[in-house]
Amino acid sequence: MADIAIRAVRKSYGKNPTLHGINLAFASGEFVVILGPSGCGKSTLLRMIAGLEDITAGEIAINGKVVNRLEPRERGCAMVFQNYALYPHMTVAGNIGYALKVAGVPKAERLRRIEETAKIVGLSDYLDRKPAALSGGQRQRVAMARAIIREPKVFLFDEPLSNLDAKLRVIMRAEIRKLHQRLQATSIFVTHDQVEAMTLADKLVVMNKGVVEQVGQPLDIYHRPASIFVASFIGSPAMNLFEAAVDVDGACLAFGGTKMPIDRALAGRLGARHVTVGIRPEQCVVAPEAKGVSIKVDFVEELGSGRVIHSELNGHPFAASVDEHTRARPGDRITLELPLAQLHLFDQETGRRIHVDLEPRAVSSAASHPTLQAV
Amino acid sequence: MIQRTPFANALTYGVMIFGFLLLIGPFIVIVSGASQTFQQVNAIPFSFVPQDRLFENMGAAWSRANLGTAMLNSFVMASLVTVGKVALSALTAFAIVFFRTPLKGFFFWMVFITLMLPLEVRVVPTYAVAADLFQPVRLLISAVTGFEVSVDWNLLNSYAGLTLPLIATATGTFLYRQFYLTLPDELAEAARMDGSGAIRFFIDMLLPLSRTNMLALTTIMFVYGWNQYLWPLLMVTDPQYKTTMMSLVALLPSDNGTPDWNVTLAGSLIIMLPPLIVVAVLQRWFVRGLVATEK
Repeated sequence: MADIAIRAVRKSYGKNPTLHGINLAFASGEFVVILGPSGCGKSTLLRMIAGLEDITAGEIAINGKVVNRLEPRERGCAMVFQNYALYPHMTVAGNIGYALKVAGVPKAERLRRIEETAKIVGLSDYLDRKPAALSGGQRQRVAMARAIIREPKVFLFDEPLSNLDAKLRVIMRAEIRKLHQRLQATSIFVTHDQVEAMTLADKLVVMNKGVVEQVGQPLDIYHRPASIFVASFIGSPAMNLFEAAVDVDGACLAFGGTKMPIDRALAGRLGARHVTVGIRPEQCVVAPEAKGVSIKVDFVEELGSGRVIHSELNGHPFAASVDEHTRARPGDRITLELPLAQLHLFDQETGRRIHVDLEPRAVSSAASHPTLQAV
Repeated sequence: MIQRTPFANALTYGVMIFGFLLLIGPFIVIVSGASQTFQQVNAIPFSFVPQDRLFENMGAAWSRANLGTAMLNSFVMASLVTVGKVALSALTAFAIVFFRTPLKGFFFWMVFITLMLPLEVRVVPTYAVAADLFQPVRLLISAVTGFEVSVDWNLLNSYAGLTLPLIATATGTFLYRQFYLTLPDELAEAARMDGSGAIRFFIDMLLPLSRTNMLALTTIMFVYGWNQYLWPLLMVTDPQYKTTMMSLVALLPSDNGTPDWNVTLAGSLIIMLPPLIVVAVLQRWFVRGLVATEK
């Protein structure tokens, strides 16, 4: 168990900077997920914690001890790789026990610990097999067992589930979570899959282009994304984003022929400018005519439990999740209510969230909000 | 291009059989000639039917060319070249592929350049070095201090002299480099996370994984070492260090003596056997090592 501090860490390959000053602190025993699109530097950051990449500037401390110059083996981290990186010529037992063998643990104790670890991940019957004779899920388990057996202070996962099929991924996700509850070791999990991130994380770090966009609890990030990037990256289908003008005199948000009245004082505070407005598809509510924004249905995605209606609003693609009772066909016009409390405002220049409460009294719950009417 | 038509099939088989005969022909001549009597081998037309005098002829050839010593020498030389080459290649490729140093490119090209300089090209300077190893040191000492030191050390007439210049080439390094490059980076990283250092990684991971590769290289290098002619001819003056390829001359019938080609053929058959056996035993791995990597 260990806490981790990352202070002003930078990474450049030659002259190309890939990480621009990362500051993060993880508490002991926390399950941290680093989420971001490919190429955002999340794996690089993980590998720097592991000691597989040099740190160009800044420092990383594990348990208060700066580890910049320590070899991976001296840092007390264990890592699960995306392609598992099992040793192909060794049996499962050999793979799991290799770290102990290198450390010079006597054979009898080694075998005992291999068996114990194999039991945790359910591999007891496969100890004599070679990795080539295992399925994807079993290989994944071997990779985890190899990490567990060292009783590390820190677990590092580098997109460990992305090579598995969808069903197995869900199972392994649950197993990783259970494992963490059992071992309580600080874990850092890198992924580009936002569902993995939301379900696993105690603390979620969203990265983009070498900078940290937002750090927080998954639900906080979902409900209050700090930037346009986070807003569009978290949630599926993605948050709808469109441009609107703040009309100070009319005290409203104007977009595509629709005017949404807002608090007059608030409009004054925002000032006359263009902002990016965001709303999640699942928070759009189908309403009777003349009670919201009218859109034309382009196509409909069936999900079984509901459906997603795709259309356009003010020149931007717009999606709305509706329940299975709401029927819509391409070409239909439907009216959507956009609850004011569910709207997110972002500054167009910086891309950052504008922290205002459009509907001060409203607390986050989808139904029973006073809504705005189309004029 | 894969197609199956009767004509194309017949053509491919024709070409294959022709090539096969071309390759096997001389070998049949050796085997049948080596088993015939002196009269039979000189008969016209030559009979391709093997007879029963193989072992007598081999015995005669063995004593005439003193093949016992020569075979031993060749075997030692080929084995040393093989072992040295495999060890050197595995290690140099390890250094080139797995270590990050600013001079990596430089070292790689240094090794690469030696590909263009096989022993035959640099035979004179190599001989000069082998004949007088301390020459550069002596020159340096006399230049700096003015003293003439007489230290003499050469590699002539020794196994070291026979093998070292043949070991120091790049062919095997490249085979190994290609193999190492097929291994995922994560393998080395996983080993590092498990606490294994460079040497440990080399012994525990790379050596077992490169087994097929190693056997392929062994096959090639043994035959290469066995077939060396020019270098032993230059190096060796002492008959004790004669190799088989040098003994071949002794097997030829003398100008005015009996033309007993049957003995000559039996002798060459003996000389051909060791590399043949090595290839026959290792060919399975040889093909696998060159064609594909084990998954």
